[in-house]
Amino acid sequence: MHDMSAHAVSHHAPPQGFIRKHIFSLDHKVIGKQYYGLALVAVFVGMVLSWIMRLHLGWTNLAIPGLHLLSKNGAPGNLMTPEYYLQLMTMHGTIMVFFVLTTAPFAAFGNFFLPIQVGAEDMPFPRFNMMSFWVTFLAFVVLISSFFVGDGPTLGGWTQYAPLSAVGAVSGPGQGLGVILWATSIALFCVGQLLGALNFITTTLDLRVKGMSLMRLPLTAWAWFITSCMGLTAFAVLMPACILLILDQVAGTSFFVPSNLVINDQLQPHSGGSTLLWQHLFWFFGHPEVYIAIVPGMGIVSHVLITNMRRPLLSHRVMIGCMGAIAVLSYMVYGHHMFVSGMNPFSSLAFSFPTLVITIPATIIVLMWIGSLYGSKLRINAASLFALGFVSMFVSGGVSGFFLAQPSIDIMLHATYFVVGHFHMVMAVAAIFGIFAGTYFWFPKMTGRMMNETLGKVHFWLSFVGTYCIFMPFHYLGIAANVRRYQAFVDDYLQPLIPVHRFITVAAIITGVAQFIFLYNLIHSRFLGKLAPDNPWEATSLEWSTPTPPPFDNFGGKHPVVYHDPYQYGVTSSTGDYVMQASPEQVVSEHDEK
Amino acid sequence: MGQADLTMEGHSPGLMTGPPFAIPTKKLAMWLFIIADTMTFSACLVAYGFLRNATPDWPRPFHGMVNVALMTFILLTSSLTMFLGVRAAKAGDKAGALRWTMITALAGIGFAFLHIREWLGLISEGMTLFKNPWGTGLFGSAFFSVTGLHITHVIAGVIALIVVGMRYKGGRYNADDIEIVGLYWHFVDLVWMFVVPFVYLLNLAH
Repeated sequence: MHDMSAHAVSHHAPPQGFIRKHIFSLDHKVIGKQYYGLALVAVFVGMVLSWIMRLHLGWTNLAIPGLHLLSKNGAPGNLMTPEYYLQLMTMHGTIMVFFVLTTAPFAAFGNFFLPIQVGAEDMPFPRFNMMSFWVTFLAFVVLISSFFVGDGPTLGGWTQYAPLSAVGAVSGPGQGLGVILWATSIALFCVGQLLGALNFITTTLDLRVKGMSLMRLPLTAWAWFITSCMGLTAFAVLMPACILLILDQVAGTSFFVPSNLVINDQLQPHSGGSTLLWQHLFWFFGHPEVYIAIVPGMGIVSHVLITNMRRPLLSHRVMIGCMGAIAVLSYMVYGHHMFVSGMNPFSSLAFSFPTLVITIPATIIVLMWIGSLYGSKLRINAASLFALGFVSMFVSGGVSGFFLAQPSIDIMLHATYFVVGHFHMVMAVAAIFGIFAGTYFWFPKMTGRMMNETLGKVHFWLSFVGTYCIFMPFHYLGIAANVRRYQAFVDDYLQPLIPVHRFITVAAIITGVAQFIFLYNLIHSRFLGKLAPDNPWEATSLEWSTPTPPPFDNFGGKHPVVYHDPYQYGVTSSTGDYVMQASPEQVVSEHDEK
Repeated sequence: MGQADLTMEGHSPGLMTGPPFAIPTKKLAMWLFIIADTMTFSACLVAYGFLRNATPDWPRPFHGMVNVALMTFILLTSSLTMFLGVRAAKAGDKAGALRWTMITALAGIGFAFLHIREWLGLISEGMTLFKNPWGTGLFGSAFFSVTGLHITHVIAGVIALIVVGMRYKGGRYNADDIEIVGLYWHFVDLVWMFVVPFVYLLNLAH
């Protein structure tokens, strides 16, 4: 089980059969595409769930045609029950956080491009890599299966707070089998992430080609490396937490169930545990997790912006240092999710301070992007637009983080739509924009064909404006004390807010429909797009030194030698204003000439 | 350590700059796994400490420490035999390396035997995952989870030692692989050094 050596790499020849080539493939590029496909399925499932929820929030008594097909008990006569709303919300959160935001920017792009960017033929443990995808796939199947068994998926929210998650069916539909399936799925997901992180870190440290010193790694490679360091340690804490939760459900233990707990008029037989313990274990994972979702996006956005503004960031090293600082600090701030949980109030201060400190590297990163953009002649294309969109989302969502970081304000805003708006902008949509930027940028290399730029730009503007229309009003709702996780707004003070909710619902549906432009563009370009040249963006890193799409062993049996820092733009050379990393040409910078 | 150890099989030697810390990839992966596993054990031990602190009637049922001392002695000794095995392998003494590796596996089996016997004794006294005669049921939950996680690691380690030893004998694995499985074994031993004070000594009867 723990014998790593049994799975070590031996040089694998190109596979022949269909199954080895496309399904149980050991090739990191195929595995990367598989992760991308999984994330694509998951994101559309999650999006449809959010549509159903939004429709219900805007028009509570609206019958949603066909909903009873999904759940007879959850939607009798196509009318959603309160419990079913919470079940859909839980699944939306879980699917999006784990199977989209963690999977796409990190596992999908990282698998495809990290080995190429360091100049390797593959990752050092291809079998682990294949297992990592298929375990993740299994986790997704287990999670989705909870829609169809028992009384549906769990309704506990993606945070699955104890004790309601730990006492079984008495606490509501899906709280028995649904929670067990949820926890099993997440524990499996942790295994997949662990295997992935082992491969990512060893690839980065051990498989770099000659000349590729650590400081010559592109920022994407650094972002994936830092993310995998976080994933290695964070998921290793979530996994035992999930196992303890399963034990509480099936083995009669009471890790997370306090004494004398009465639920639905029934005294629970368990006793002695702590509800707060679950929150500590969960958020010790949960906070690094949000950076696991966003740091790869920072890398991708830097990579895309640098290529399109034809100049490196103000400082490569500071950027790397800031991402590293965020990774370290991410473990010290997790308690800011628990200001009102009943923790010792003094610990709020201890968690508030590093939370404000972590905004410093985040702010430096943003200033670095903006400072580098200032005065540059940015090439406007779908990828660079989405990269700018990422910066915009990250700033807009990040600003509300300053409010939430302070316990005195958080007491008011906790569990309101303000928080929902905050994390959707700063982490969810920003990371999704990072995925889009990466897709438009790397699609030519991944498939050998170009995507349609016009459709990409239309997709950007609809998504960008739409996202602001959806999530900016969330902040307003939160300040108006609109509590999150309510399935209907019947209280006097909430009823005047319903029109805002209707506006958000309409915006969400339009923005969601706009995503089908992307889906069409993706599928159409995959088969009928213009054939892509090897280096369509005139970029410098190693992935653009390979043929398009890259051959099985990435560099056609040769190993590139790296001569330069990753971002040699704005220089005078034989090819134009850039020198590729693998080009032995001398670099003459414009500044030197002046 | 030869040059061949520094490069991955299948990657043409000479083109690589060599791993920065002169640590072969498989060994690095084991270190990374150990880091992750440390987090897993820490989470379990912290959870145990958290619950123990929060519970006023935490039982202290252990009367003697003969058994746990014997288990600890066996496991510590097995780290020594593992070390001797790795040293023999590095010196090219194949027979010696195999012998010490198998002695280590035997020690692991002895440890597991004593541990399971102790479990059965506690179970026969009425201790289960969720109740026991001495106090809060959480004691059994915590005890069986923490020691259960550890003994799973010991059993997996015994299997790994035997598999690696056999493949080393057959020539598929080299001295490095013995060292890598040794790293894991020392880690399991080290974790036990945390389990003993926290789970056993703190719960000794007054």
